[in-house]
Amino acid sequence: MPSLIDLTLEGRKVGQHRPWPRVVVDASVWTFAATELAHGRWSLLGLWGEPATVHMAIMDGQAAEIAVVSLDCPDRSFPSVGKHHPPALRLERTIHDLFGLSAEGAPDTRPWLDHNRWGVRFPLGDRIDALPKATPYGLLVAEGDGLHQIPVGPVHAGIIEPGHFRFTASGETVVRLEQRLGYVHKGIDGLMSGASLERGVHLAGRTSGDSTVAYAYAFSRAAEAALDLAVPDRAVLLRALLAELERLANHLGDIGAICNDASFALMHAHCGVLRESVLRAAGAAFGHRLMRDVIVPGGVSRDIGADGVQTIRAALDNIRLRFPALVELYDNTASLQDRTVDTGVLKPPLARQYAAGGYIGRASGRSFDARRALVYPPYDRLRFDVPTLNEGDVNARVWIRVREVEQSLSLIEQILRRLPNGPTRTEVPLGGAVREGMAVVEGFRGDVLVWLRLRNGLIERCHMRDPSWFQWPLLEAVIENNIVADFPLCNKSFNCSYSGHDL
Amino acid sequence: MRKLLFESVFRRPLTERAPLPDDAAVAELATALGKAARRRLGRSLSIREVDAGSCNGCELEIHALNNAYYDVERFGLRFVASPRHADVLMVTGPVTKNMREALERTYHATPNPKWVVAVGDCARNGGCFAGSYAVVGGVSEVVPVDLHIPGCPPAPTAMLQGLLALFERADAGAVTS
Ligand code: SF4
Repeated sequence: MPSLIDLTLEGRKVGQHRPWPRVVVDASVWTFAATELAHGRWSLLGLWGEPATVHMAIMDGQAAEIAVVSLDCPDRSFPSVGKHHPPALRLERTIHDLFGLSAEGAPDTRPWLDHNRWGVRFPLGDRIDALPKATPYGLLVAEGDGLHQIPVGPVHAGIIEPGHFRFTASGETVVRLEQRLGYVHKGIDGLMSGASLERGVHLAGRTSGDSTVAYAYAFSRAAEAALDLAVPDRAVLLRALLAELERLANHLGDIGAICNDASFALMHAHCGVLRESVLRAAGAAFGHRLMRDVIVPGGVSRDIGADGVQTIRAALDNIRLRFPALVELYDNTASLQDRTVDTGVLKPPLARQYAAGGYIGRASGRSFDARRALVYPPYDRLRFDVPTLNEGDVNARVWIRVREVEQSLSLIEQILRRLPNGPTRTEVPLGGAVREGMAVVEGFRGDVLVWLRLRNGLIERCHMRDPSWFQWPLLEAVIENNIVADFPLCNKSFNCSYSGHDL
Repeated sequence: MRKLLFESVFRRPLTERAPLPDDAAVAELATALGKAARRRLGRSLSIREVDAGSCNGCELEIHALNNAYYDVERFGLRFVASPRHADVLMVTGPVTKNMREALERTYHATPNPKWVVAVGDCARNGGCFAGSYAVVGGVSEVVPVDLHIPGCPPAPTAMLQGLLALFERADAGAVTS
């Protein structure tokens, strides 16, 4: 059985790629990697394009080894990975939409992000004129007696992001859900090309607003990996502080919102208050409620004062005081449990196949957590558990979040206790002509991947992969055989990002 | 048992601590807002939120308007599910090309008189996404905008301030629809 290391020996190693190796392989090694993914020994971390190259990031979960394999596609096509390993399908459709490279033998060749509204095709590759007339998107069909379709979106009934859901139902029971995304595609990959690191991290922080810290963190770490740059210790700890505050705020908001979708507005109200307390503390400590633009390559742009530490401590104390009662309320309310237990079940094998990150994976037996598995600092010196469950239902996803709230509270406490004095930022060198770096950071909804290539200090190419890419398709799977009315509950318990996915 | 639990959970936050520590500014704004809204409309004002390409940061803060600290429903401001029930469209994002038509259709589905409030830096001119092949670049390129609330994202207080300004302008007859 080959290991990832063996695989990388099959190719030509690219210098200046940190911290994991990148190798250029031929089509047969590429396909071999795809079939190994299909056998489940490795996980697909990412699949992205460039004008004439495709890249695939692979992880060996056991050994926590990561490698990037690249394939040049002079004839504008590459062997499909999705043909063997379905999690790659939407990524391949995207590579085609953006770069015009086709996945040979792919079972699904419909466009994905391209709705034929950009006025151009293959905007990041060799651009050609858009099709003269938009062809209707071929939604998949489900046929049978008494089946009916329910179209929803892109504009939804609540304050949420836009996307289209097409339900096929038999009575109340969902037979098939098909998503159509791409409505919030902003062309961020394209905007990154030629940008300075400063603009790059600004854009990264606006890829998915609820994960602004995670994205700035991953982007900065990727840039620092490329430049082989160490950041001051105080900044290392402050970054983790920001990341845990973000996780805390989002989990608190979502726990309440999930309960709200089960008509239990009381939890929503109380959790909303706790979430607000975190945002206010963050605003007082870092000057921005969502902690935007604080993490930058080289360190952090804003230091925290003694008052800031105090405010955060007070917010934590308040949560410690109030949160347990809310958890108990959740646990003891039969009408709520009735909606969440056994609803929207994601089976562990499917979570594994899709390498589902965050609470979605961890509620379905997949324990991967980038903080633990890839031990980036300062998590190598902090104590925390990675909770996992196997039930995979809405209830399990709520419980994982509850446990993660507790873990984040403890982590923040540890960080505040250890926060060293000293500088918070270091000079960012221009680096050599070409430098490549990659980072995987645990955001609140899972692992955020950023890969970039710098040329003379400017971004030549940057790819960011949201955890939602591998979570959205699973939502389609878990809703089957549930009733239509449980969709909001399933959806909220996943809380996939539209903007992070559509980019 | 259930009852006890309920009580212990209810009591602390909702009695002792209520009203929650609103800062004076919010309270003041809120009062002014309530008065202006009533003077102008004599009833509640319904807002339909439309994400036309946001990063979702603006949505988080719009959501926050509904939490117990701000509780905008106190002033008759309500977020509604359908544009047909709305007086105000609150639009976020740089308007992606893929969302343009949906925004237009939502606008046309909203009955007159109506106001459009563009929320966030992106909604003004595309913000940091301006110039991309995939964005239109600003809500006013697609539908007429009555008011812009800047920020990335604007904090809930800034949004309350913005809505207040809208009412005042509407009152002075400066806003037509
Ligand atoms: S203004 Fe800022 S928060 Fe709002 S959508 Fe734009 S980038 Fe996101």
